[in-house]
Amino acid sequence: MHAPLLQLLDVLLAVLALALGWAAVSSRDLKRSVVFFIAFGLLLAIVWARLGAPDLALAEAAIGAGLSGALLLSALRDEPETEAGSDLMQGPLATLISVLCLALTAVFAWVLWQTLGSADSARMADRILEELPGTGVSNPVTAVLLNFRAYDTLLELAVLLAAVLGITALGPARPSFRAAGALFDGLVRWLVPLLILTAGYLLWAGAHAPGGAFQAGAMLAAAAVMLRLGGRAGGGPPQPRVMRSVLASGIAAFLLVGIITMVSGKAFLEYPQAWSGTLILFIETAAMIAIAATLALAYIGGRPADWESEVVTSAVTKTRERR
Amino acid sequence: MIDILGFALIMVGIGFFAAGSIGLLRLPDLYSRLHALTKADNLGLGMLCAGLALIDGSAANAAKLFLVWLLVMAASATAAHMMAQHTLRQDIE
Repeated sequence: MHAPLLQLLDVLLAVLALALGWAAVSSRDLKRSVVFFIAFGLLLAIVWARLGAPDLALAEAAIGAGLSGALLLSALRDEPETEAGSDLMQGPLATLISVLCLALTAVFAWVLWQTLGSADSARMADRILEELPGTGVSNPVTAVLLNFRAYDTLLELAVLLAAVLGITALGPARPSFRAAGALFDGLVRWLVPLLILTAGYLLWAGAHAPGGAFQAGAMLAAAAVMLRLGGRAGGGPPQPRVMRSVLASGIAAFLLVGIITMVSGKAFLEYPQAWSGTLILFIETAAMIAIAATLALAYIGGRPADWESEVVTSAVTKTRERR
Repeated sequence: MIDILGFALIMVGIGFFAAGSIGLLRLPDLYSRLHALTKADNLGLGMLCAGLALIDGSAANAAKLFLVWLLVMAASATAAHMMAQHTLRQDIE
């Protein structure tokens, strides 16, 4: 395609992104806002793809538009017809929020301008590409996430675990959907295996192409959402004990690898070069499962039915044993 | 020659999408709107994918585009059916 045509596309994308963002924020109807937000997320995925960041585009489409959209829609389902802007979006508070957002945007624009202006400093991307051969993977994004800055990803998984605590503190899970009709059930039958397959592919491809644990986890979570929407009993979370270890598996794998590297005399999470590819795949597999379980739990929206009963019964038996 | 054919297919596909969008905005009730929308999804996207596959020329990418088309068709047909069924039930009540 010719350069002017592509520029036209870019301008169109930028204008549309602004318009959809504005529509999502300013709409009076919450349902409409959510739909605009999903469309905004999808458009943002195209923007990332145009900027040459396919990893981000995948994550935005899967998590930003897909799963966040599903979460928002299921939150609306609980909420009876409410007018947007009943409390937060009106009055002096709204003005304050707008002014702060504007100030933040101005600061970001200034920082971006400064960064673009200082062309002389060594660019991070070049240094990463230089060091890439020793990381065990050939996708620079995965190298940054799981090798150079593995600490950040470890802490991200800790944040997800904290989110799980928040979700389970919310209360019991939402009532599940009634069993779907034949047509949707057929779609679920086809799509769920396909989603699992795609998750496996994304996880494996993450080493050398766009993909990785977060995108793969989002795919698995999407499969769980489909099963839930189809009203299938098998779509529920596994036994509480299994579910707990699954939720903690990502951070557990990370810590295990970290401790082993420390015991063998290296720094925390400093992989031995020959093993780094395998170790990254190991951590990513566990992280994918943990991320998927967290997102699925978020969609269910609370403690699964038998979650607390097991805790209560074990507590009761312990007290009895003591007596 | 193949490029021109691909370009023509893409143009026809865009035409279907435009017609579907206009139909979505202009048609009176949900059923006819769904009718307009699914035509855009099925035929429009099919022609778009066929055109892109012709211009690209590689069999692997053509297979991927075909898969994209199949998935969108399955999803849009199911969604349209469910929306229509839901509205029909409400209309009867």
